[in-house]
Amino acid sequence: MAYVPVPVTKPRGVAMARSKAVGKALVSRSVMAPLAAIVVFVVLWELLVQANGWPDYVMASPSDLPPAYARYWDLFLVMGWQTLWRTVVGLVLAVVVGVALGMIMGFSRLMRDALYPLLVGFNAIPKATVVPIVALMFVGAHDFNTILIAFMISFFPIAVSISIGLSTLEPEYRDILRALGASQSTIFWKIALPKTLPEFFGAMKVAVTLAFIGTNLMEIVSPHGRGLGALFDSGKTNSDYPLMFAVLIALAVLGILLYYVVVALEKIFAGWAERTPT
Amino acid sequence: MTAMIEIRGVRHAYQTADGPLQVLDGLELTVDEGGFVAVVGPSGCGKSTLTRLIAGLMKPDAGEMLLHGRPVQGPRSTVGMAFQNPVLLEWRTILQNVMLPLEIVPAKTPRRQQEERARYLLSLVGLDGFEDKRPSELSGGMRQRASLCRALVHQPEVLILDEPFGALDAFTREDLWQTMHRVKENEPFTGVLITHDLRESIFLANQVVVLSGRPARTQYVLDVPATGPRDLEHLYTAEASEMLTVLRHQIEVAQGRAPAEDTATPAPPPGSAAQGMQ
Repeated sequence: MAYVPVPVTKPRGVAMARSKAVGKALVSRSVMAPLAAIVVFVVLWELLVQANGWPDYVMASPSDLPPAYARYWDLFLVMGWQTLWRTVVGLVLAVVVGVALGMIMGFSRLMRDALYPLLVGFNAIPKATVVPIVALMFVGAHDFNTILIAFMISFFPIAVSISIGLSTLEPEYRDILRALGASQSTIFWKIALPKTLPEFFGAMKVAVTLAFIGTNLMEIVSPHGRGLGALFDSGKTNSDYPLMFAVLIALAVLGILLYYVVVALEKIFAGWAERTPT
Repeated sequence: MTAMIEIRGVRHAYQTADGPLQVLDGLELTVDEGGFVAVVGPSGCGKSTLTRLIAGLMKPDAGEMLLHGRPVQGPRSTVGMAFQNPVLLEWRTILQNVMLPLEIVPAKTPRRQQEERARYLLSLVGLDGFEDKRPSELSGGMRQRASLCRALVHQPEVLILDEPFGALDAFTREDLWQTMHRVKENEPFTGVLITHDLRESIFLANQVVVLSGRPARTQYVLDVPATGPRDLEHLYTAEASEMLTVLRHQIEVAQGRAPAEDTATPAPPPGSAAQGMQ
């Protein structure tokens, strides 16, 4: 018979209350710790600039930023939204294509051998060099170009993670269902796909930041661009250094935002993979 | 009693880079309905190949594989499998894991009854109270118990066990042997047990088949007189130690470390306690 441990010392209610209190402490710690780190970072930055007496065209200090935001707030909202939606669309495209490629390479040894060198080579090309080519290729299609670069820069880790997840599936997992006459697609939906989700979300965390880089590359480089990249570019043209730094911080905030959206999705769909510390 | 599994002169080879590797060569095996046969043999002799053939996951190069008198064409839902690796799906609860085969096999009973059956099986192996736990919260022995329930939930005619207790510690293993007897008493099935533990083979099975070294053929068949649940003390009787001595010797013959002197004597008539096969 299975051994079920019985608490000897503490009554159940007390143990429950204690575990709830511990849970609350953990939540507040996971929120407070990063906030504290950010405050410390901002203070250090301010001190560094003040101590060296740098003018804002060498390095803007955090105290320069609120005026910049106040002045251009409408622009930040409009441009920030443009950057965000194009990044998200590029990312969604990267997920669709990356998962499809990963499936093809994960299930077929031949396709894996055939496609890997091609993909690695493609990924090795610095995307900054691709930006002007794409910009010339589809002149004027600014939204399309931006999404394309965001997609191209971020699909690779997704494709690789899915293909590795699928190709390393232990044969017993397949056999359990195959012995009952299950089809390949049933095995994929019931076992292979869910089992690959933790790797997929790991890749997504990388892909999110990459997609932002892609979007901004295009926004900065292409003339009459849109989005935060273009705002950064206009700050540069007008020697408005606090604006440039304000854009950088806004990009960081958007990046963090999207990252935590991925984390939330991971909790929902692959929360089982996280082991509770015991 | 009628034969549930009949294997006649089965040969099988794997294609490797160094040419074909003959794994099975003239394998003979008959398992009566309700019987429980243990297959032992040197490691790498093709025992797992045998399970995949019986499950219909592979086809033999030559020879006959009959289930219920009909040739095995492919996977069929009347087979249940459990491996050394319990391969439980981490994202499902134990109950959901046990009910997995019912999502593949066409339903014979309403869902409520299926769930009742799954719960009943879990209580039979001593896992009541763990239905809603995740596999990661269970010990190795408990996972193996759950895996056993999953193999039985769709009421298979044939249960294939491929070294299911091989990775467990000695005490947990003995515990599971007792569980196995309890299950067999309540759930009629025809069993094939692949194992490398001779004590396990004579404790659980009513017939032990020794395979020769690669390429494997049936080298020796031992009938175990005792049937039904028994105590572990049974393993320390003179009868048991005699059987173990015989089997130990046969394994040494199979490994090529002892001369096969008893092959010179004519095989005793079928049905006697021990019969040599060549």
